[in-house]
Amino acid sequence: MAYSNKARDFFSNELKNINTAGTFKEERYIESPQGANINVEFPVGAKPKEVLNFCANNYLGLSSHPEVIEAAHQGLNERGYGMSSVRFICGTQDIHKELETKLTKFLGTEDTILFPSCMDANAGVFDVVLDKEDAMISDRLVHASIVDGMRLCKAQLYNYKHSNMDHLEEKLKETQNLRLRMIITDGVFSMDGDIAKLDEICDLAEKYDAMVMVDDSHATGFMGKNGRGTHEHCGVIGRIDIITTTLGKALGGASGGCVSGRKEIVDLCRQRARPYLFSNTMPPVIVAAANKVIDLISKTTDRRDKLEKNTKYFRDKMTAAGFDIREGVHPIVPIMLYNAKLAQDMARDLYEEGIYVIGFSFPVVPKGQARIRVQVSAAHEKEHLDKAIAAFTKIGAKYQILGKKKDEIIAQYGY
Amino acid sequence: MSDDLKKLIIDYVKKEYLDDDSEEIDESTQLISSGIVDSFSMVALKTFLEKKFQISIPDEKATTEAFDSVNNMINLLKEFNVA
Repeated sequence: MAYSNKARDFFSNELKNINTAGTFKEERYIESPQGANINVEFPVGAKPKEVLNFCANNYLGLSSHPEVIEAAHQGLNERGYGMSSVRFICGTQDIHKELETKLTKFLGTEDTILFPSCMDANAGVFDVVLDKEDAMISDRLVHASIVDGMRLCKAQLYNYKHSNMDHLEEKLKETQNLRLRMIITDGVFSMDGDIAKLDEICDLAEKYDAMVMVDDSHATGFMGKNGRGTHEHCGVIGRIDIITTTLGKALGGASGGCVSGRKEIVDLCRQRARPYLFSNTMPPVIVAAANKVIDLISKTTDRRDKLEKNTKYFRDKMTAAGFDIREGVHPIVPIMLYNAKLAQDMARDLYEEGIYVIGFSFPVVPKGQARIRVQVSAAHEKEHLDKAIAAFTKIGAKYQILGKKKDEIIAQYGY
Repeated sequence: MSDDLKKLIIDYVKKEYLDDDSEEIDESTQLISSGIVDSFSMVALKTFLEKKFQISIPDEKATTEAFDSVNNMINLLKEFNVA
């Protein structure tokens, strides 16, 4: 053993620095299934408290849906617990293939390959398709997993200002002499809930002969009329070359992800993507439940319709109550507070009122743009939304921010 | 040379990283620790300097501190005799 005091002191100091910077992340223990109502033990050792959950990615409310749970049980009974293998040795069951086929059909692509997570899909896909003669041209606010994937790829990196199409076009002109180029973006950006301009991006991609890659984790299952994702919302189905997405949010919320898109790219991922080749296959229980999820959302759009209605109701009422909200249509609703301490204090007070939300500040969001991120779900009923709106209004009045815009809140609390 | 260099880098940072044309930065503005330039897109800044001055900045010198302000970048460039 060579875990010396020197090593221990070094790591302890790192932890202290995280604490001092105010970015130490604490887990809260949930003693119930995921849902609109959850029982939370916080702080550790406290009596569990029933709160309304407004911070899960459980957009369609399928995380604890009875039919999904039943399908998971059936998968466990019929296909077992683990596969003890990667996919290409002896880790592919009929239900894995079934899920890939269903996802391809649902997303409207040519083919799909499952990964252990969307983080893994993003970590693997760029290195498979691009090399040093090529260019990755990414939106500057893409998810951290895309950043990690781009770091692992030798292609030249360019990035454009967030959703700035003129800047993207400049980068496309700048890289015209390179072999292959890929425009890389989130479909929906997770901190603001804003939507990529995929129609304009596809037009530019066609004009300058570049591929388009979209991480649609915060959209698959509910954005667009049939819930297919941001590409459906923007009217560009069939024009996106690579979609990566997750089964860990709207689609049941357990785990797993995929690369879906052009057939050759998916085939190459099966040969070369390191997280696919060297990580265990998705467990049968999750695959079986995910198959049921795709069946449920293919059969009816009721859940995504309810989510859309809930989102509009919540956004309208919160705006009327006087909160400064980033405009949009997505169930991610950023309540802008600008000051980090104000965001933390209000989130703590809301928890006391039975509303579980989280305050986000730098470095997760840019400096001076602290906010509480609310996530609306189809699992929420009108009374849940009303309770949250009433609690926000009470706490907003306590901190005297209702009806105030950015400059006034900053004048009151500072950045 | 130094003033021209300052202007060159400031103009590049404004054009590439600032959303609002009216925002101003100077040679001592913190770029990375203030969040204007994130540590990942700093790579583009490094590539810009390398191409402009035909140098190769090794990874151990391309620290977030070395790119945290225009002054720091000029100090880095001095090591390559281009500032």
